[in-house]
Amino acid sequence: MTGVFLGLPTAPRGVGHLRGDRSFPDAARDSLRDGQLRANLGHATATIRGKRAAVVGEVPDWAELREAGRAIKAATMARLDDHLVALEEQVTARGGTVHWARDANEANEIVTRLVQATGADEVVKVKSMATQEIGLNEALEAAGIAAHETDLAELIVQLGEDKPSHILVPAIHKNRAEIREIFLRTMPGVDPGLTDEPRKLAMAARAHLRERFLRARVAISGVNFAVAETGTLSVVESEGNGRMCLTLPQTLITVMGIEKVVPTFRDLEVFLQLLPRSSTGERMNPYTSLWTGVTPGDGPQEFHLVLVDNGRTAVLADDAGRSALHCIRCSACLNVCPVYERAGGHAYGSVYPGPIGAVLSPQLTGVEDNASLPYASSLCGACYDVCPVAIDIPSILVHLRGEHVEAQSRTTPEAVAFRALSTAMSNPRLWRLAQRAAGLGRFLARGRPTLPAVLPPPASKWTRTRDLPTPPKETFTQAWAREHGS
Amino acid sequence: MKVALFATCLVDTMVPQVARATAALLERLGHEVVVPPGQSCCGQMHVNTGYRREAVPIVANHVRAFAGAEAIVAPSGSCVASIHHQQAAVARRAGEHGLADEAAALAGRTYELSQFLVDVLDVTDVGAYYPHRVTYHPTCHSLRLLRVGDRPLQLLRAVRGLDLVELPAADQCCGFGGTFAVKNAETSTAMLTDKMANVLSTHAEVCTAGDASCLMHIGGGLSRLRSGTRTVHLAEILASTEEAVSPDQSTRPAVSA
Amino acid sequence: MSAREEVLARIRTALGEDRAVVPEIVRDYRTTDERTHAQLLDVLTDRLEDYKATVLRCSPSEVAPTVRAALGTAMGEHSPADVVLAPGLPADWRPDGSVEDDGRPAVALADYAATVTGVSVAIAETGTLVLDGSPLCGRRALSLLPDCLVCVVEADQVVGGVPEGLARVDPTAPLTMISGPSATSDIELQRVEGVHGPRTLIVVLVH
Ligand code: SF4
Repeated sequence: MTGVFLGLPTAPRGVGHLRGDRSFPDAARDSLRDGQLRANLGHATATIRGKRAAVVGEVPDWAELREAGRAIKAATMARLDDHLVALEEQVTARGGTVHWARDANEANEIVTRLVQATGADEVVKVKSMATQEIGLNEALEAAGIAAHETDLAELIVQLGEDKPSHILVPAIHKNRAEIREIFLRTMPGVDPGLTDEPRKLAMAARAHLRERFLRARVAISGVNFAVAETGTLSVVESEGNGRMCLTLPQTLITVMGIEKVVPTFRDLEVFLQLLPRSSTGERMNPYTSLWTGVTPGDGPQEFHLVLVDNGRTAVLADDAGRSALHCIRCSACLNVCPVYERAGGHAYGSVYPGPIGAVLSPQLTGVEDNASLPYASSLCGACYDVCPVAIDIPSILVHLRGEHVEAQSRTTPEAVAFRALSTAMSNPRLWRLAQRAAGLGRFLARGRPTLPAVLPPPASKWTRTRDLPTPPKETFTQAWAREHGS
Repeated sequence: MKVALFATCLVDTMVPQVARATAALLERLGHEVVVPPGQSCCGQMHVNTGYRREAVPIVANHVRAFAGAEAIVAPSGSCVASIHHQQAAVARRAGEHGLADEAAALAGRTYELSQFLVDVLDVTDVGAYYPHRVTYHPTCHSLRLLRVGDRPLQLLRAVRGLDLVELPAADQCCGFGGTFAVKNAETSTAMLTDKMANVLSTHAEVCTAGDASCLMHIGGGLSRLRSGTRTVHLAEILASTEEAVSPDQSTRPAVSA
Repeated sequence: MSAREEVLARIRTALGEDRAVVPEIVRDYRTTDERTHAQLLDVLTDRLEDYKATVLRCSPSEVAPTVRAALGTAMGEHSPADVVLAPGLPADWRPDGSVEDDGRPAVALADYAATVTGVSVAIAETGTLVLDGSPLCGRRALSLLPDCLVCVVEADQVVGGVPEGLARVDPTAPLTMISGPSATSDIELQRVEGVHGPRTLIVVLVH
């Protein structure tokens, strides 16, 4: 059963960042030519792969944790409505206000209204995939509210007027020299002697943001896990920018995709082990903040939680793809993906790049709005192996390819070919004829072991960079039958 | 044991010497080889490209062709993985539950070559002789879907004369990926380029693997580079002996340099 | 229909009329630790040092001088009045002359150079200190704004793994889990210490 048939709405067009303006192969072509980009990505992903493997390898019960993580997420999805209602009840009971948004537009309206009600014309933001997905910064800007990103990588992207290319390290495509250049160009009052030493760059960001944190009246965050049973929300981070945002302003607005809920506080003991080791390759990230509603005398005294659907219920309706909602955004699948490593995050055209993006983006928008993404994978399976909640991404990719093919109302040349091939392959007599026809290709080779490099499309897509062997005179099964007389 | 050989559509049509080598090897080990004449394809390419409905009759043909076989062996990790993980599922999705059950039962008796040799026949030294410097690429579906582990390496280590050199970053995908190689040709080529650089860094004469499809991709690239390193299927190496270096079952590459 | 009702209705549609049973969650991962307490203290120390935190060990009677020494190493010459304390810090842990957090506006805590707090629990395996907003730990801004953070950990507060640690805290308290000084991996995925949170973390381990 799929969401489309149930009529559940996908994420609306014209808002947010889930759709690219080019197909994956077209966009990838550009990044593949960018040698600097490939070198930066290759270096960064190799570093993080090694760190992850080391800290995961030292956990003797990783497989048990992974299975528990998977099961908790599956159990949550099976009763998502109940858990959200419980979460709402707990947050409200502890002094927070819960808002519901059907989609990106509605979520943006709610947040804008809440900020306006405080009278503030600027907000500080903790890195959040949900707010990027819905295009919140643009919506705030349209309302005259400046949104300051405070995560270092987000800051680099924002100052460089760039787009994020990784879910954990949005500026992964930039190296230290490029980051230095952006800081020198865009940070008011930055030391002109700034070097490209990472520590110095981090210090420059600290100085740049310090005063903003101290004057901020409103902060906007996402959430990693929201506990239904207690109303506890959590943000997992490294730099302390999250703590600044979650602690200092008077008002905190947290935007959360509805799939981020977990049933019990105890469930955190699983995810807080799985997430840091999978994402930054650390035993534990420097800071995890957990808060429940409002605490008098400590932190924001006004707290709003915005629950966003934006296509998630359509994903939930597809039981072959539902597990994409289990994702805890660790980014391990990006870091091991050979396609991501070479094409880079921008090629995916969505805030969710890499293997999880290649499934989640088309699921949230409807496959036809991101039709090239399910094909942006060699199905090597490295993503499934590292995923801390065991999402079988290759199988979902294959499933979405099927959805795409079956959504076509017109017959494509590819469909004609595959149908003809199916007919042949399901009928031994026709299949032998087809094989014989393929064997005729050997005459193109004029006796050489490989076919000529110049072949018409679609074969040219292969032969531009790879030789094709000359087909043999006789297939194996023919020869065998001849020799063994059957 | 009576072994039904599933050549796979690609090997049968394009690189028959791989199937021939598989048969020769199994016969040399004292087993009877049959080649069911109705065989064509496992359906993987259709499923993986999105034509899961069109894959169902192909699965049905496969099940018909191999009905009653005691053990089925294929020289391809990826086709065996599809038989194990996809055939029953696409049939079930199409509502063909009888076919799904038969496909699942057949999958239980279907083995990738290295697994069949090591796990079922319990041999690692197949008596082969192959006096070449060889590096082994563990193809993704053998590695991650079938978990063949080091079985191919165990087999290669026992080959006389063979100088096995480790492939750097071996577990990285070569970039073949079925129709991915065409639909995303540039990315596929970028992956291939890195794989070839690693292969060439070993100074091996031969790069081997358990999948003819990945080898056609890697070999096609190496051949285009005129690198001199060629690709040879694991079955061809294991079938080679001092006595029997026939033109069909030989040290000749699938794609000559 | 309100957005709330509509989203809930969509979920119910998506899950269908006859819902599948909720899959069972098997928790056969480690929830206890076989290591001795002394070993756990060593693991905690090792992990914290790996994060570039400083660990000083002392006996219960030496806490105040050890804290003083720690502050001296971290900051060199300093005035005790630059050091702010969690309000519930035991009297015999307090370095002379430092001041207690008096509930001033949180941003004003940025004027201090260092903070001393206790912890609620410490997790050895991940090198994590959990602060819970109690008087011993202070409010969250206290352990955030001053650039140097000294946390006093008592031996019986140290547990093995994350499950044991979380089992000891109140889920609804304002919790902060701290594992080393503030850090970032955002530049070429290389960890560097010291961004917005305290750049120096010193742990005084009392046993
Ligand atoms: S899909 Fe899995 S590996 Fe990828 S980001 Fe999500 S949780 Fe991490």
